[in-house]
Amino acid sequence: MSEKIRKYVEKDAEENGYYVCPDPDLYEDLLDGLVENQERYGYPSCPCRQASGLKTYDADIICPCEYRDADVDEFGMCYCGLFVSEEVNEDPDKLEPIPERRPPEILETAMEAEEEPELEESEDIPVWRCKVCGYLAAREGPPPICPICKAKADRFERFNFNTG
Amino acid sequence: MEAIKKVEGKKKEHDVKLFALSTCGWCKKTKKLLADMDVEYECIDFDLLGEDEKKEMRVELKGYNPAVSFPTIIVDKDCVIIGFKKDDIREALEG
Ligand code: SF4
Repeated sequence: MSEKIRKYVEKDAEENGYYVCPDPDLYEDLLDGLVENQERYGYPSCPCRQASGLKTYDADIICPCEYRDADVDEFGMCYCGLFVSEEVNEDPDKLEPIPERRPPEILETAMEAEEEPELEESEDIPVWRCKVCGYLAAREGPPPICPICKAKADRFERFNFNTG
Repeated sequence: MEAIKKVEGKKKEHDVKLFALSTCGWCKKTKKLLADMDVEYECIDFDLLGEDEKKEMRVELKGYNPAVSFPTIIVDKDCVIIGFKKDDIREALEG
């Protein structure tokens, strides 16, 4: 399992032009955390964040999370430091804690919900568009809370690529 | 692994509480720093709590840190350090 996760992380870093954590101890700890979460929840949720165990609510923090690109852009590293920019890779002293970008409301809502919302069965994964900020997400149901602008699920609509 | 435990240390001048996740790399760094400094503290591994305890602890943590992120270190009930900020932790505990 652990080697599988390592390969998955290294391949993903390479494909996206990122580097893996340049601090070897931190890197191993983060991989262990991903393995633990995979075993605990059935998906590799972010090791540095509390997952709810409800996949619908945790979808935005399944590694690589929805916040990674914005964080590497702004801080040179994802929230955990598992993925970093070239600059941080060359100077690991630049690895340092960054602020949490994920809205705390998502976990709060999940903890209150206690069970998964019912979703329509569909063969293709639909794309959902946030009517407030335009954020797009491909997943079975709309995000319970928009990870970007915090709008609720009812502000999402199905997005059709042909008609926009 | 116990979710809430007292970690022994020789330095007991401050009341130190750590909100952590057992899976989190930065939390591990924090635990290691506290161990190296030989500080006594209360360690809460939030992810290992039961569901009801999580709800309770979440309210407490949110009062200190609205982002509810980990690690969060509380020194003497009023100094809140969010994230593994080495220098801030040292200053709060050695100063
Ligand atoms: S912060 Fe990094 S390690 Fe955590 S889920 Fe996002 S990409 Fe993965």
